[in-house]
Parts: sequence; C-alpha cells; structure tokens
Amino acid sequence: MGKTIAEKIFEAHTVDTQSGGISVLKLDAVFCHEITTPVAINDLVSKGKDRVFDNTKIKAVVDHVTPSKDSKTAEQAKILRDWARRHDIKDFFDIGKNGVCHAIFPENGFSRPGYTIIMGDSHTCTHGAFGAFAAGVGTTDLQVGILKGICTFKTPETIKINVTGQKQEGVYAKDIILSIIKLLTVNGATNKVIEFTGNVISQMTMEERMTVCNMAIEAGGTVGICYPDMTTVEYLWPFIKEEFKTKEDALKDYSKWISDSDATYAQVIEFDASKVVPVATVGFKPDQVETIESLKGTKVDQVYIGSCTNGRIEDLREAAAVIKGKKVNKFVRAIVSPASPKTYNMALKEGLLEIFDEAGFCVTNPTCGACLGMSNGVLANGEVCASTTNRNFAGRMGKGGMVHLMSPASAAAAAITGTITLAKEIK
Amino acid sequence: MKNFKGKVLFLDRSDINTDEIIPARYLTEVTKEALKPFLLEDLELDGFNQKSDIVENSVIITRDNFGCGSSREHAPWALEMNDINVVIAEGFARIFRQNMYNCGMLAISLKKNVIDQIFEKYSTKTTTVSVDLTKSIISIEADGKTEEIPFSISEFDKDLVKAGGWLNFADEKY
Ligand code: SF4
Repeated sequence: MGKTIAEKIFEAHTVDTQSGGISVLKLDAVFCHEITTPVAINDLVSKGKDRVFDNTKIKAVVDHVTPSKDSKTAEQAKILRDWARRHDIKDFFDIGKNGVCHAIFPENGFSRPGYTIIMGDSHTCTHGAFGAFAAGVGTTDLQVGILKGICTFKTPETIKINVTGQKQEGVYAKDIILSIIKLLTVNGATNKVIEFTGNVISQMTMEERMTVCNMAIEAGGTVGICYPDMTTVEYLWPFIKEEFKTKEDALKDYSKWISDSDATYAQVIEFDASKVVPVATVGFKPDQVETIESLKGTKVDQVYIGSCTNGRIEDLREAAAVIKGKKVNKFVRAIVSPASPKTYNMALKEGLLEIFDEAGFCVTNPTCGACLGMSNGVLANGEVCASTTNRNFAGRMGKGGMVHLMSPASAAAAAITGTITLAKEIK
Repeated sequence: MKNFKGKVLFLDRSDINTDEIIPARYLTEVTKEALKPFLLEDLELDGFNQKSDIVENSVIITRDNFGCGSSREHAPWALEMNDINVVIAEGFARIFRQNMYNCGMLAISLKKNVIDQIFEKYSTKTTTVSVDLTKSIISIEADGKTEEIPFSISEFDKDLVKAGGWLNFADEKY
C-alpha cells in the first residue's frame, strides 16, 4: 500500500515506538527563538542538563522583540545569546542579522525536503512548504529536542487538499488559505497533516507556499506540507549545489518525498481556487472569514504588513504595488516590517521601502512583535487593525484590540482609505 | 506524581485558545511562578470571574479544542501554578495536549455526549473530581453522590505522568 509524504518521513526517522501510536523521531533541525527557548534553557540549566545534541542542527534567532524593549525582553535575548555562545551554536542570528524565524531559517536553506523540524512556535508548520515534517512544540519537547535531538509524534493521518482551477486576478495565497481554513474550521485538521496539492499549489512560488503552510495550524493541523518540485530545488540551489551535480539530480533525490498515488488519506478535499475572492477574517477566530466586498467600509486604526505569514519580498511587492504614489489615510497608523534582512535589502534596492516611506508608512527593522502584541505596533483597547498576520484571537495584538487578517494587497488598500477596501478599487 | 483531584471549574465554551489561557504579554516572564496571577486573564465568558473562580478549583471541565493557537507551554504552567493539573474536555489542540503530558499533567478527552451530560448534571453545582490513573477512572462527586466515568489513556502517557514528564523520561531512556 502506498504511503503519504508524512508517513515516508516518519518511516525514515523513527528511532523507537511507544504505545498509543507514538513514534519517537530523530530530528534534522531544532529551531529556537527568544520567547520560548529561554525558559527551556533555564530549566535545563537548573536540572544540570545544560547540553545540546548537535550545535550545527540547532538554529537560533532573536526575532519577536528586537531590539529589546525593556529589561525583561533584554534578559530573554541575553539568555538565548549566552547559551548560543556557550554551546557554539553555529547559526545564531542577532541584531543586524536577525528576522522572523520562519522567514530567515528557510532563506538560509535550513528547511529541506524530508526533514523533521521542531520549534517552540506553533507556526513551524511553515517549513512544510519545502516538503518537511515541521511542527510547533511546547517547551518540554523543545528541551528534549535540544538535549537529545528527538521528539514524539503520533503517526498522523493526512487530509489532502487538492487546490485546482485558475486564481482570479487580485486573489493571493492568503485569500486561498483563509478560504480553506473557513472550510476546515479551526479544529478541522487537529492531529492531522494537511497536504496541499494541485495545479494552484505547484504554480506557487516558495514564498506563497510558505504563506499557505504557515496557517495550517489555524485549522489545528500538525503540519502543512507541499511536495518538493523544481521550484523547491531552485529556491534551495545555492545551499545544495555542492551536494548534487545538477538540479535534475536534486529533484530526483527529493522526489522520494512525494506521496504515492495509492496512499491512504483521512479525507481528500477538492478545492476550486477559481471561486476564491479577496477575503478577511471577522471576529476572533481565524475560520470566521468573509469577503472583503462584504466588509467594505469597516474602519481600521492600524495597518500591519509583515509576519511569518506575509512579510516576505513578494508580499512587500504586492503591497507596494497598491500603495505606489498614494498617501496613507490620516487616521491610520501604517506599519511595514520586512521579515528578514534579505527581504529588507531587496525591498530597499527595488525601491519598495521608498514607496512605503513616501506613502507615510513606518518601516521597521525585521521583527514580528506586533503580531502577538509584544512590541512595534501594539493596539490600544478598542482599536482595529488590518493585518497580514495569521491570528485574530481577542487581544492578540494588544488587550482589547481586534484584528482583521487579510492579504498584503488588501491591507495596503485599507491603509490608503482607512477602511476595509478591495485593492483593485484603489486607483 | 501531581495532585489529580479537586473542585471543578466549568468553562462552557469550545476553542479556548492559549492566548486566553495566558496572554502573550506575560511571555516575557522566565519563571513559572510569575505566571500564576494571570491564568485565563483574557477569557471573557459569561459567569466566569477570573479573580474568584481559579483559587478554589483544581480541575477544569470544558468543551472542544481546548488550548488551540500558540504552542506556549506557559499555558499548562499557568494551570500548574494554580494547582490545576487536570483538564477534561471533548478534545484538545495537539500541542496543548502534548504539553500537558510532557509536564506530567492530564488532558483527558471524553466523548461529546459524555461532556454534554456532565455539563447538564453538574455545571451549576459544587462538583469535585478525582482521577484514578491506574484504573483510568474519573470520579465525579456532587450532592453527596459519586459517579464513575472511564477514560482511555495510553501506557506511554501514563509513564510520562508517573515520570513527572517527558524530559526525565527521555533523558533516562534515550
Ligand atoms: S509573526 Fe506572529 S505568528 Fe509568526 S512567529 Fe512572529 S509572533 Fe509568531
């Protein structure tokens, strides 16, 4: 019987099994950031277990609050920094080189087809865009990952979503994933892998696939995963060219991480992307999704373009195209946070930062503190934000604040008019 | 092993997320103790009073998909610091459930109709729950009467609870 990509990755990484269908998996990478790792480090130190399983497979970044905003966040960064030095963690990204974890780790070639990856961050599912089994975990799993290079997972069932058809103009990866989450509901993929397949996915860039996989967790999914293909190889080529003679060789090798045609699925969903229109969330759950058309005129106080969902170069291009030559509405605070130094530099060279700047956006350094209400764009009580992030939970971006999730183009349109607006109506 | 009995706090809603259990603004804390006063601070639920409802109770009974959202283990810690080591629900988000067992705590799933019945019978009464891990039985007591409800748990999850969590277990075994 055929196997799914997740089953193949499990098979190749299982070092032990436990009752209840639990596999103990060997990890290829453990990612760390300064919000969830310091507690893990402190606990390991206090228990006399301050060790790391492999200083080349652990990658760390200070990204959520950077530069530090107060003594407490300075302390968190310091704990991570000191630990990275102490254990000679080869890839540690600090101020000047840092950016949103799920943007800079892939950018540096750390996410690869067939890999097992964990991080103390629920949006680790982003790296599934590369055909990796990448999952968010809590602190204890992270500790054991750091210490032993292993993690337990229940062998997951897979939901396959076959995304086909022709995207309408002005519809982006974010609109597609929000529409899929509406269909699945916030709990619809709990304990499951979501496989994204179909012509729409295979035509997507890696950036778009990351946007899609990033939000798998918002439907409860353990992992969102795409099959590796030539797009994956092209993206990774600078990092793998010593390993393979040609791109075709790489593709051939990576093809072992594709589900068999006779694999078994918990559910197969045919999703027609031609029917998707620009959408945004309402309320406080990411499956509460309505069309931008129906929300037109909803007032916003802040616009935020950035995050691990939509802070990459294509997202900035998409937003800048809407903003170019326009001015931000005078009652709106507009913020753009390029997700990585590479994105920042590309945006600078392409003149995008100038477009944002002239429109009246505040361009911040690469960080994502606004997304979870920690820094760089926290909302006040009663304020509304049009945001390209991934979570609209009550108070997520600041106590009493509310968030409408949407694509960078839609968020850019909201910045210009001060209300939720269809990007194509910005003339 | 931790204490698995006490008075019940009923939270009658599905999809209570970890931002509601412990808001992100407290994630700058680097000790578990510091989280104690902030458990469920952002939960807005009719009849729930964060100031008075947590001190008394040691067990939570709730609906479906408890602990969805952020992976933060601060959520189980904030519960643990308030001596709440058991959550009983129709279902849990994967990461939250795993975090609970990894901390040597219990996240017990019961079928929807069982949870519905529990809410119907007990949610307005002073109710006590105790969990017998060896027999896999929950005893619910109210008005002097006790009802026993079986639940399923894997041997591995039991081992984790007995070992006081996954870190000790893994460091010894692997
Ligand atoms: S952008 Fe938001 S969701 Fe992504 S890692 Fe940062 S805080 Fe988490």
